[in-house]
Amino acid sequence: MSTNQAIDARGRRVGEPLTTPPPAPAARLQRLLHAHPLIGPALVLVLACVLFSLLIGPRFYQPANLSLVVQQVQIIGMVGVAQTLVILTAGIDLSVAAIMVFTTVVAAQLAVGAGVPAALALLAGFAAGAACGAVNGLLVTRFRVPPFIATLGTLNVFGALTLLLSESQTVRGADLPALFLWPGQTFSAFGADITYGSVLVLVAFLFVAHVLRRTAWGEHVHVTGDTLEGARLSGIRTDRVLLSVYVIAGLICAVAGWFLIGRVGSVSPFSGENVNLSSITAVVIGGTSLFGGRGHVAGTLLGALIVGVFSNGLTLAGVDVLWQTFSIGVLVVAAVGVDQWTRRVGG
Amino acid sequence: MTSPGRGPVPAAKTVTAPDRGSLPVLVARGLTKRYGHVTALGGTDLTLRRQEVLAVIGDNGAGKSTLIKCLSGAVVPDEGTIEVDGRQVAFRGPLDARAAGIETVYQHLAIAPARDIAANLYLGRELRRKGFAGWGLRLLDRKAMRANTRELLDSLGLLTIQSLDQAAETLSGGQRQGIAVARAAAFGSRVVIMDEPTAALGVKESRKVLDLILEIKNRGIPVILISHDMPHVFEVADRIHIQRLGRRIACVPTADITMPEAVALMTGASQPGPEHIQD
Repeated sequence: MSTNQAIDARGRRVGEPLTTPPPAPAARLQRLLHAHPLIGPALVLVLACVLFSLLIGPRFYQPANLSLVVQQVQIIGMVGVAQTLVILTAGIDLSVAAIMVFTTVVAAQLAVGAGVPAALALLAGFAAGAACGAVNGLLVTRFRVPPFIATLGTLNVFGALTLLLSESQTVRGADLPALFLWPGQTFSAFGADITYGSVLVLVAFLFVAHVLRRTAWGEHVHVTGDTLEGARLSGIRTDRVLLSVYVIAGLICAVAGWFLIGRVGSVSPFSGENVNLSSITAVVIGGTSLFGGRGHVAGTLLGALIVGVFSNGLTLAGVDVLWQTFSIGVLVVAAVGVDQWTRRVGG
Repeated sequence: MTSPGRGPVPAAKTVTAPDRGSLPVLVARGLTKRYGHVTALGGTDLTLRRQEVLAVIGDNGAGKSTLIKCLSGAVVPDEGTIEVDGRQVAFRGPLDARAAGIETVYQHLAIAPARDIAANLYLGRELRRKGFAGWGLRLLDRKAMRANTRELLDSLGLLTIQSLDQAAETLSGGQRQGIAVARAAAFGSRVVIMDEPTAALGVKESRKVLDLILEIKNRGIPVILISHDMPHVFEVADRIHIQRLGRRIACVPTADITMPEAVALMTGASQPGPEHIQD
């Protein structure tokens, strides 16, 4: 009956401490990556930068080029923030790019078509983004539609609305208010021209990272994604958490839309089409788990930068664009593989 | 790690008799729950006295887990009443039950595997900073949560855990169970309910959990223990509630019944007599 006897029966001497064998190197690596999931993407980014610097030289690492990389990934990065929030809850949002473009068209139609003041039109665009997110969130929470299906549907709905509202016309930059184009304006620092949009994206990353780590809401987002049933039994109002995540994701996409106008210099219903999958790519390469509950927006920033550095570096090196696609694909698969492996820590 | 080699605890030494006069902590009457044509609970009563461990046993499909879910607020019964400290309550969800001082350790623990130990202990009721930072910005007080967690685990003898920063999934099954039990012990002010707490554990880890159950009882909080494991039930329970086919068929002090008798009643091999219901 007693524990000691049971242990004796297994042939262990009483009083001898249970010795665990030292972990094998692979297990130690697994534990390290589990405790510090940002190591992987950070290492890949540093290695990629070193590799391209050696391969290409100053053309790659001059400040102007690095600033260009940041500008190229700012939209993916910003939308990636929204995508990270959704993926942390074990969901996925396929409509992020559609929301982003839709809100730019809403703002442009109000400002240019209806003569609404620029700031108000922009805010109306943000509100539209939040509303789109609310539609997604209600589909997921009220109607229990799986996020993949719900946002696949709204991807098409928002896309169609974008085309209807804009009548498939592009609004030229010359017709847009200056405020719309402001994120694309540059200032000089560190010997490079840096856009205000790039800086704001970094601020957004810091802010969301802070909120996720320090607030009760952030904690509940993680727990909801980690164990939906457990969160519910612990009294977390999971439906509210999920709804808020989709609304905030929609809002972030709308802000990304503003940066997109600044970057492209016009409002086109056809811009930003590759952003959807790229945002998921950035999140996954950044080490956030598609199964929810674990990940970090800092990882998404690294992921977006990795994508940017690879495209930029391979282009400068004169490598066929298809190899860029190929290498990103390999990175995604590797990242998911590492995630699956580290999740098994402790069995 | 070294738990004293506590043998089976004689049930007779417990405090059933002197408490006859005082009000039971929890009384359920005529709880009924139907799912379509299936009657999971057919008018079950349950009485939990002060300072006792009440074991609820029964075969599969006897309605044990539905009964427990009614008491923990996870299921709303179709009929029947629940009284806590003499006051009738109507739980609409787990939050209501928790507000009434009833904490539940679920079979699947309700542990967030990727969160650390302190986060799991405060799951759903995280401590906030004082002042505006807390109620306005909803900022967490992780420092206080960590300190309290350390203190609590220490007082329950669970501080064999190396670091409170570890994710719950890096712990062993028994350690995870320990976190769930510690959470219930910390927050349960009136009743702690445990659903199959030793089902997935080894001998040594089960031992630890049984000690924790007795520890909670000694702190003055009665425990409802649902278990399949008869030796465990007979070791820690003061009374045994036997559930069969959606009803309570017996409720007797552990000292008044033997293991084979209990199993016979539970499986329907023998019929309960009037002496088998003692509230």
